[in-house]
Amino acid sequence: MSSQALSQNQEVFELNLGPQHPATHGVLRVKLVMDGEYVVDAEPVLGYIHRMHELMGENRTWAQYLPNMGRLDYLSALSYNLGYVELVEKMMGIEVPERAEYIRVLTTELNRISSHLLWFGAFVLDLGGFTPLLYAFDDREQILDLLESVTGSRLTYCYYRFGGLYNDVDDDFLTGCTQFLKRLRSRMPMYHDLVTGNVILRQRLVDVGPISAEMCRRYGATGPVLRGSGVNYDVRKNEPYSIYPELDFDVPVYNECDSMARYMVRMDEIEQSMRIIEQCIAQMPQGDIMAPKVPKMIKPEVGDYYHAVEAARGTFGIRTVSDGKNQAYRMKLRAPTFCNLSLFQEASKGMLLADALAFMGSLDLVIPEIDR
Amino acid sequence: MDINLVYMVLFLAGIIGFAALNAAYLVWVERKGAARIQRRTGPSEVGFAGLLQPLADGAKLMSKQILFPDGIDKPLFMLAPMFAMIPAVMILVTIPFGPVGFGPFADFMLVAREMNIGLLMIFAFASVNVMALLLGGWSSKNKYAVISAARAVSQDIAYEIPMILIAITIVMTTGSMHLSTIVESQAGGFWNWNWLPLQGNLFGPVTFIIFFICSLAETNRAPFDLGEAESELIAGFHTEYSSMGFGLFFMGEYANIVIGAALTTILFLGGWLSPLPASIPFIGAPSVVWFLLKMYLLIWTVVLIRWTYPRVTLWSLLNLAWKIMIPFALVNLLGSAALIKILPMLGL
Amino acid sequence: MAGYFKSILTGTKSLVTGLKITQAEFFRKPITLQYPHEVLVMTPRYRGHIQLVKNPETGTHQCISCGLCQKGCPSGCITVRGEKREGVKGKVLVQYDLDFTTCSLCGQCIENCKPGAIEFSLEYNLASTRKEDFHYDLLARLEEQK
Ligand code: SF4
Ligand code: SF4
Repeated sequence: MSSQALSQNQEVFELNLGPQHPATHGVLRVKLVMDGEYVVDAEPVLGYIHRMHELMGENRTWAQYLPNMGRLDYLSALSYNLGYVELVEKMMGIEVPERAEYIRVLTTELNRISSHLLWFGAFVLDLGGFTPLLYAFDDREQILDLLESVTGSRLTYCYYRFGGLYNDVDDDFLTGCTQFLKRLRSRMPMYHDLVTGNVILRQRLVDVGPISAEMCRRYGATGPVLRGSGVNYDVRKNEPYSIYPELDFDVPVYNECDSMARYMVRMDEIEQSMRIIEQCIAQMPQGDIMAPKVPKMIKPEVGDYYHAVEAARGTFGIRTVSDGKNQAYRMKLRAPTFCNLSLFQEASKGMLLADALAFMGSLDLVIPEIDR
Repeated sequence: MDINLVYMVLFLAGIIGFAALNAAYLVWVERKGAARIQRRTGPSEVGFAGLLQPLADGAKLMSKQILFPDGIDKPLFMLAPMFAMIPAVMILVTIPFGPVGFGPFADFMLVAREMNIGLLMIFAFASVNVMALLLGGWSSKNKYAVISAARAVSQDIAYEIPMILIAITIVMTTGSMHLSTIVESQAGGFWNWNWLPLQGNLFGPVTFIIFFICSLAETNRAPFDLGEAESELIAGFHTEYSSMGFGLFFMGEYANIVIGAALTTILFLGGWLSPLPASIPFIGAPSVVWFLLKMYLLIWTVVLIRWTYPRVTLWSLLNLAWKIMIPFALVNLLGSAALIKILPMLGL
Repeated sequence: MAGYFKSILTGTKSLVTGLKITQAEFFRKPITLQYPHEVLVMTPRYRGHIQLVKNPETGTHQCISCGLCQKGCPSGCITVRGEKREGVKGKVLVQYDLDFTTCSLCGQCIENCKPGAIEFSLEYNLASTRKEDFHYDLLARLEEQK
């Protein structure tokens, strides 16, 4: 407590949460004004890991911008890869072979599971439980091994290409996926017993951090945060892309609006992603993985383009303006957690510090994506 | 020279050694246990199975520089770690570990200084422990530390009440605050121990669990480690401590776990008594081995709990104390008192 | 009142279940790898830094110094230099430098390379305190491998 605050006998004090703090998982800084244990105001301060991804997009060719997509949200990089290549394909009118589409969806969903698993572990860690993190990492490791065997990387993938994929998958990978699904299916009840049902966890999550659907709309929150507030919106269903319309899956929606609802949405999404992967494996067609005619030089027509996909944390949209050159004129990335974080300031008013941090964890923030 | 004095000094040295050894090796148990629970290997490089790791850690801690941040209250800052360790040693002095149980010293009691008001003394010193957290947090001039100190104090006060209420019940049923007497009164097999209501302790098992939970909360162990809630308050009250200042807090914490488990063993699990009646040769004989066995079993539970649950919040922690534990303890106290009065009337 | 006791009961039950799970895991074998003592074999598709492919027939690389890899690289970490030589068709590669510190392992250089002269290595044990240690001379590296 600063001596100044003491001498003036103020009742509130400022607390600097971050940029190096165990709960912010990265370099997010939150300037808290506290009244004892209660949060009076919380102002997120961004920019500690800003790398100007948008400007980079305007300085390099369309193809050269690809690796940047793996470095926004490094936990579900493939969704971002997918969003970008689909945008370019849309602009150029490239048809992607069926097999490539199936592999794209399969790997993206695997990546979504791994992202949710990591979130699950880190979230429980925020709440003070260490062990579930390691169990979740154990499962996540299997996914990373699988993805590494096709994409060559473990985290910052750069696997999709305009018109297809970098390389094909083999049968080993598909059987590996089936085995992994079987394993994860048997692990999920354990997670629910150990964590979901735990009375301490429920006390910390139920009715904590309520955000209404109206508030989500105001701030543009998407993804599990929105679906935990009772709004059934999922880009995969509402603005279908790729082969999602052909697949049978549900969008989990919870009406409770609290942290527990967001938790449950993500846990259910893991199940749904498993269903999608199963269908992909079963329906996987044979054939090429690259479109026959992909122009060497990508020079889209002059125009204004937008494409959105459902990333693990919400809607990832790219809006780009092309002036017909081999570089974008303007590149705007709409990152989901940036919007999800923006409601933190309003929603956390009057919360206990511990609850505010639990609430922050339930938003599933990835700082490099917020800062871009 | 007075033989008693020699005996005392020897035992005091033994107790301090015991506390330090326990602190060091409980850290090892904790790390190794946590690792195995999480399917890792844990310390494995220093010595066989990492057994020398605590020594290496200790050497490292001692050789570190002691940092004094700007603007701290230096005398208090230096005093606080000692407040963490000294009460722990003082309490261990009064704890009877029981007779050796075998060999030529079969009946030799392992206790430094038993008092007839042992239990009272333990609670008195246990309260001093709160001072360490309060002073440490307050003097280090760190907002996180201050929040943590405030939390620790309200938590310790809330949990001392049910703990003492239950201890009173035990004192009432046994009619003594003398720890040895309390143990001896539980003789005759595990069904005579205090955790079952046979001795007049109405809600036996419930009180045992409440007492155990309280001892967890008193020692600031997970899931009640609000004071050092890592994901909220960095390291809580010892954020600013380095070197042996931190080391003493750390040792104090583990010594307190030992005390909590030892006290629970004495009050509820028949101390050094064998779970079987003394009439059975050898296994039935009271021995310090039984004491340590029960104590370490409890400690293992403490470790297991830490690596299983998430942390509670301050409110649910206080709710647990005031809405569940204190009512139970009170009802139990009154009920047991009635039982003690009624049973003789019925001629039992 | 009934709800009060019920919540205590279900709460206790969930806690006991948790303890059972962790205690059971305690007795299972660790799954981690003791890294310096045991090492993993990388999958063939693992992306380490790029290297020149050795042609088993000629025993040397297949690079024609076209420079397409250098041009396509998003991070500009490749420097290729070829020289005209008497009696040799095309250019002879004299320098192939990789600045691995900025490489994003995207694989575009490999895709751009028509003759398939470069590939990802399986190198993953890379650590240093000096930046210069990651400036590789791939030609010299190829020589070493011989
Ligand atoms: S992998 Fe990508 S970044 Fe690395 S050298 Fe090749 S083109 Fe450049
Ligand atoms: S693209 Fe291939 S052939 Fe051309 S310079 Fe690069 S490595 Fe050599």
